[in-house]
Amino acid sequence: MKILISSQGNTPDSAVNPRFSRAPWFMVYDDALQTWTAFDNSKGMDVSRGAGIQAAQTVSDLGARVVISGIMGPKAYKAMNAAGIQIYIGASDTVRQALEAYQNGKLTLADEKSASGV
Amino acid sequence: MSKIKIAIASGKGGTGKTLVAVNLCRIASESHSVAYVDCDVEAPNGYIFLKPEFTESLSVQQRIPLVDLNRCTGCGRCAAICQFHAILCLHKEVMVFPELCHACGGCMRVCPENTITETGRVIGHIDIGKADSIHFIQGVLNVGEPMAPPLIKAVKNVSHEADLVILDSSPGTSCPVVETVRNSALVVLVTDATPFGLHDLKLAVETLRILKLPFVVVVNRADAGDREVFSYCSQEEIKILAEIPDDRRIAEAYSRGELIVESIPSYRPLFASLKDAILREADLNSGRSK
Repeated sequence: MKILISSQGNTPDSAVNPRFSRAPWFMVYDDALQTWTAFDNSKGMDVSRGAGIQAAQTVSDLGARVVISGIMGPKAYKAMNAAGIQIYIGASDTVRQALEAYQNGKLTLADEKSASGV
Repeated sequence: MSKIKIAIASGKGGTGKTLVAVNLCRIASESHSVAYVDCDVEAPNGYIFLKPEFTESLSVQQRIPLVDLNRCTGCGRCAAICQFHAILCLHKEVMVFPELCHACGGCMRVCPENTITETGRVIGHIDIGKADSIHFIQGVLNVGEPMAPPLIKAVKNVSHEADLVILDSSPGTSCPVVETVRNSALVVLVTDATPFGLHDLKLAVETLRILKLPFVVVVNRADAGDREVFSYCSQEEIKILAEIPDDRRIAEAYSRGELIVESIPSYRPLFASLKDAILREADLNSGRSK
């Protein structure tokens, strides 16, 4: 299973970028292979509207089933939720630590109310 | 006489577009059949000053795609062509985000299964009425709607019998302004004599030059800031048709929702000569383009 984390940089030791759709990088962890890959999201960073939808499309294209971020906007939530992707918010520190927090069940599953973009 | 369309725009907000537009309308209505068209659909406020009686209200719809999910194969071509991320295809789940749709119809064209049709979505309404002899038309965008241009287009298409049309624009230089000033005989840029006013005036001038539209400048609160706007205009050979002084009485009358040409009659000549100058410029430019 692939887990995607919004990131400030392109390594697992980069800080989590709290804004999901406009994060400069998406770090993808494959827990079967235990490998990290970095996806450049600079295209999503600068889009004026619909960043959340574009990000949801990216997540789906990358095949991630779990998404971890700090804050989630309503459109990204609506789209990924409909596609059955699990969305966790409230992550901080490094990407690696966020993954550990998820694996230890310390992150909150987003719902329509908490995925308000603030 | 054919219709003359004059757009009042600015760049910077709060420079006095509506002040100029409504007072111009009142003065011009003494000699012409005038229409005031409020294209600042996110915050129309001309009605406060002209106090129209509305007789008609039209709802304005935008076309959005409707996907027949029973026949959709989830190929994703609709999502790939949409430049505005208004349609999304995740595996077999197709979602439309109506507020992002620009109604281009691209998704319908590329769908190999022809599963996409169009439906309407109300984005705002148009109020139509009269303020004495002035034909009054305003667009009102629904709260939260991000896209003004389709409504502005509809507002501009409302038919009326006036021969002089004053279009009151929103501030800035983005799509709503471009939609408002499009096809105008002349654009009047209202600025104030401050560094902010000048900065945004330059942006507006650049925009209008790209659009190849003739424009002139009115300087509001002309004696309040510095002289930079004046040196810029003379350097760029831009005509300044009027200077409105920084007069507390104007601000007070405006804040009470009054027309300056009525509550401070000493300003009548300023607006009357501005009207004449604008008509002269518009005429000059229409001659030039022929």
